[in-house]
Amino acid sequence: MRRRLIGLLALALLAAACTAGGGGDDSTTAASIDPNAQHDPLTLTVWSNFSGREFDVTTGVLQSIKQKYPWMTVKHVGGKDDAAILRAINGGTPPDMAISFTPANSARYCKTGAMQDLNPYLANDKVDKAAMWPPAIFSYTQFENVQCVLPMLTDAYGLYFNKALLAKAGITEPPKTLSELTAAAEKLTEYNADGSIKVAGYMPLLGFYSGNTVNVYGRGYDAKWYDQSGQPSLATDPSWAKMLQWQKSFVDSIGYDKLQKFAAKLGGGDSEWSAAHGFEQGKIAMMIDGEWRTAFIAADKSKVDYATAPPPTADDRTDLYGSGQVGGTIIGIPKGVKHAAESWLLVKYMSTDSGALTKLSDGLRNVPSTNDALASSELASDPHFKTFMEIFKHPKSTYKTLTPIGQVDEDLFGTFGQKWQAGKVPDLQSGLEQLDTQIAKQLQLG
Amino acid sequence: MATVAERPPAASDQARAAERRRRRRRSARHRQLVALAFLSPWIVGFSLFYVYPMAASLYFSFTQYDILSDPVWVGLDNYRFMFTGDAQFWPAVRNTIWIIVFLVPLQVVFAIGAATVLTRVRRGLSIYRTIFFLPTMVPLVAAAVAWVFLLNPGGPVNRILGFLHLPEPLWFYDPAWTKPGLLMLGLWMVGQTMILFLAALLDVPTQLYEAAELEGAGPWQRFRHVTLPMISPVIFFAVVIGVIRGFQYFTEAFVVSQSGDATGLDNPIGYPQDSLLFYTSYLYQQGFEGFHMGYAAALSWVMFLVIMACTLVLIRSSRRWVHYQGGFK
Repeated sequence: MRRRLIGLLALALLAAACTAGGGGDDSTTAASIDPNAQHDPLTLTVWSNFSGREFDVTTGVLQSIKQKYPWMTVKHVGGKDDAAILRAINGGTPPDMAISFTPANSARYCKTGAMQDLNPYLANDKVDKAAMWPPAIFSYTQFENVQCVLPMLTDAYGLYFNKALLAKAGITEPPKTLSELTAAAEKLTEYNADGSIKVAGYMPLLGFYSGNTVNVYGRGYDAKWYDQSGQPSLATDPSWAKMLQWQKSFVDSIGYDKLQKFAAKLGGGDSEWSAAHGFEQGKIAMMIDGEWRTAFIAADKSKVDYATAPPPTADDRTDLYGSGQVGGTIIGIPKGVKHAAESWLLVKYMSTDSGALTKLSDGLRNVPSTNDALASSELASDPHFKTFMEIFKHPKSTYKTLTPIGQVDEDLFGTFGQKWQAGKVPDLQSGLEQLDTQIAKQLQLG
Repeated sequence: MATVAERPPAASDQARAAERRRRRRRSARHRQLVALAFLSPWIVGFSLFYVYPMAASLYFSFTQYDILSDPVWVGLDNYRFMFTGDAQFWPAVRNTIWIIVFLVPLQVVFAIGAATVLTRVRRGLSIYRTIFFLPTMVPLVAAAVAWVFLLNPGGPVNRILGFLHLPEPLWFYDPAWTKPGLLMLGLWMVGQTMILFLAALLDVPTQLYEAAELEGAGPWQRFRHVTLPMISPVIFFAVVIGVIRGFQYFTEAFVVSQSGDATGLDNPIGYPQDSLLFYTSYLYQQGFEGFHMGYAAALSWVMFLVIMACTLVLIRSSRRWVHYQGGFK
């Protein structure tokens, strides 16, 4: 009996070893077809994590490919996150095109070949990458020269400010440096009789809204996540410590508890995606947020009189003014698809066709991702939105350094930042060194 | 007259005995095959969906594996890193132990209390029973979202606290209050355990109470020396299941820590400040955010072994305090 059990276990282990990570053709040669030749009708499946209105808008644009290739139909399946896409790729039943909201995962997709290298397809079709896209997109769509995904619109972070509140405080133009931001926030912050915050000039708490991340603030210092050798550099690049010290002194000048209570009373993170949003309610005078907020402000019928500007930079890095954190939806052809050439036609359409991107951008209110679409988009006439298009085009705008651990480094730093602002990190330098060690160990895990 | 050579009787008996044995063996084998045929759907299912995944995850726990590439054998590295190098491992363990230590006993006490109250209800028992049981019908995610709303610092609970001039905690935004908030959610969903205790309480023979009363036992003594021993098998069951669920505590903490974070970037798993980083949330983060499947497999095997050990300890200890009617052990 014992022998049988051992035999069974050995067999199972062998089977596990043999089947692990198996399947799929790793070759990255570009399959090609003549799209204008006679073709049998074909339905391509696209997976994304879109839902609700955004799902409908995206489906409409995906299906518009039929006008270009009448033989092609698209079936759009929502509610599929990156884990679901990876499982399907691993199981050998991937969708013909995958849409991901997590650019941080690009490195893994490229490194493992989970998404096919699109360079051969781009070369076959003579697509000039440098002419097609602003340089910022390459910071989150390729890894070690493998272009395994392409952008389908993008996001950019900028400063939103309440014009009426700034005018009331005698501030004539938006802050361009972090010192100016702190000074303006001090003037704009109003308190209730009990000392609690009535109107926040600016909410500096990390983890509050989407623009309050170490990543977004770090861009204002050009802080580097990793050094030349690929090792984490949060402790060795002094920009991070400077940024955290600025942020902590800002928090301390108002009071961590007061800010926490104010954030919580607004509804915390939940208020970000509702009409209770602090900025839309006139309870926050300035904030850093993505371009999508313009659509939310309109949809929520907020009466806030606002304008947008590039995010402020560190006092000694005014050369960065105009740039910011960018990065958005990515699309690619999963490993093991049955109709790679046809998938490429769809990926190319959704990532390079100005008409499709403009329509998508109008519907989703995200920044068009190609130079042509940026130039032709009607959104450029919207001064609120134009700011974000300019930020995206700025040569110094970028995404964080990609690594195969996805967003784990951001999560670790985010948690560290929360402890730091709460006064639970007694020695910043030592804390950052420990954080570097932790991220390095995560990288070693593969 | 030719004599007929008769086979020796002993040899004939031996042959018949051998034939009987063969038939018995054939019959036994036939019965085994029939049993096997009937069992085969279960055996196939068990092998495919339990034995194989467990063996595979055991193998992966000794590898560096990201789902997409072939696993690379790293020996005990994952286990070594877990215990000596991973700064997030021990906070996750501490949070998990916290929820087990506080939630399991409180749920048992609360469930016994609610069930005891229900045994005293004269009219409308089914209505009260339904009210207590109803929360367990709510999907965990929906329940967690509802409690995020209730415990919102500007929400209904704090309004009542403010009206009573009591301190208004920030609940899920303050690391000191996140786990107590989850305790309240856990107690709200205690209906299933409460129903078990209600059945157990109603099953206690009334003559035992009568005998205790004749002996002069007061309410507390009756509860301590009659009720508790008689419902101890259900307490044991509730504790074992509660401890196992405590180790696997995930959904409520995950929903609460991610609430309001549509981008998935502003609230890391375990927000705020890792106060909601439980063992399984950390396992999820490693497996599905970092795609460290090898390490996640090692984490899951350690959890499996710890759950096994705790369950065995509870079973061993039950001999001392669990009483079965009729002396069943």
